[in-house]
Amino acid sequence: MSIAFAHIKDCIWNILKTIPDPEIPVINIVELGVVRDVDVSKNGVVITITPTYMGCPAMTFFENEIKTNLETLGYKNVKIKKIYTPAWTTDWISDEAKQKLKEYGIAPPVGKSGLKSELFQSNSTSVNCPYCSDSKTRLINEFGSTACKALYHCDSCNQPFEYFKCH
Amino acid sequence: MEKLNKYCLRLADNAFILSHRLGEYSSKGPYLEEDLALTNIALDLIGQADALYEYVSKLFNDGRSEDDFAYKRPENEYLNFQIVEQENKDFAYIMVRQFFMDIYNHALYEGLSKSKDPTLSAVAIKSLKEITYHKRRSSEWIIRLGLGTDESKERTQNAIDNLWKFTGELFETDEVELELCRLNVCPDMNDIKKTWTKEVHKIFDFAKLDVPSNNYMISGGRNGFHSEYMGFIISEMQYLNRTYPDAIW
Repeated sequence: MSIAFAHIKDCIWNILKTIPDPEIPVINIVELGVVRDVDVSKNGVVITITPTYMGCPAMTFFENEIKTNLETLGYKNVKIKKIYTPAWTTDWISDEAKQKLKEYGIAPPVGKSGLKSELFQSNSTSVNCPYCSDSKTRLINEFGSTACKALYHCDSCNQPFEYFKCH
Repeated sequence: MEKLNKYCLRLADNAFILSHRLGEYSSKGPYLEEDLALTNIALDLIGQADALYEYVSKLFNDGRSEDDFAYKRPENEYLNFQIVEQENKDFAYIMVRQFFMDIYNHALYEGLSKSKDPTLSAVAIKSLKEITYHKRRSSEWIIRLGLGTDESKERTQNAIDNLWKFTGELFETDEVELELCRLNVCPDMNDIKKTWTKEVHKIFDFAKLDVPSNNYMISGGRNGFHSEYMGFIISEMQYLNRTYPDAIW
């Protein structure tokens, strides 16, 4: 790849970092791990993205946002490629982005992704309240306002909050 | 019909019709959080169906899009199991139907994640993460309902007794599964049945619910023969697309 293409690639990554997640606007689609690859050639630009959850309704939004943002800035022949493998995981969310989630009032994923299926969340890691940081919290529901979050309640400060599930 | 096409269409139709049934319950859940959970599961299922229809559309390669498969087929061309089309009688009924399918999907998709077919394995690995939540959640509900009040136990046992006759179809094997299993594209249904039976018995024991002794089974869905409820789903689901052809939003 020529130096010019490498430079364009860097520019594109920076543009993508300005596109926020529609549900959690404090983190962008690169931090979220949705953008997997940027490819630049004389034929145009190919952005590879992967859904967080299979039915993530934001996928079409991401595709349109990426296209509009890049095309407004003069990039031509922008193509979006959707992949399923490797499967998206919360392990890809950086520590910095996790901190942003916490400040926004969403408890960030705890620990590494793995297929846990114990009943009633036995042996699972405790989730700290994003408001008072206390660990006296309990699960209210496996699903929150979006598929990637669960509903919790903090028994210490009495605040209900959302937990970004470890996935 | 090519065997792989038929196999994938069956998988897609099961996810699609079950998703529609759960979606129908939106705003009717026993409380707000439960309403969210049911519709989130419906969303996961429609995501799986979407990925599978996309693959089906590629496999058939006859100009039909994924939406054409979802919205433009008559009832007898849908190849879903009869259990997923059964009506939403009450909450216990919905959870038992979901429990049977979640335990089944978990075992099946675990097998499919090792498939020699790269698209099927990619979809399965991704879906399995979601199905793991579904399975845990519906198992917990069965235990709660079984050990709850007299009424919740009675309703749950009635649902089990009523839905049991549809579970035989989940493990039926014809030339499609035999051939694909030989090619390591899909798992052996006998193994899936063993896992399913073991796990269902385990949760029923825990919840003090009885496994029905009546083993008369109804089938036909996999080959396009459906119960009386299927036509109503199709007419509702396809209404918009028929009234406003190719509407997008």
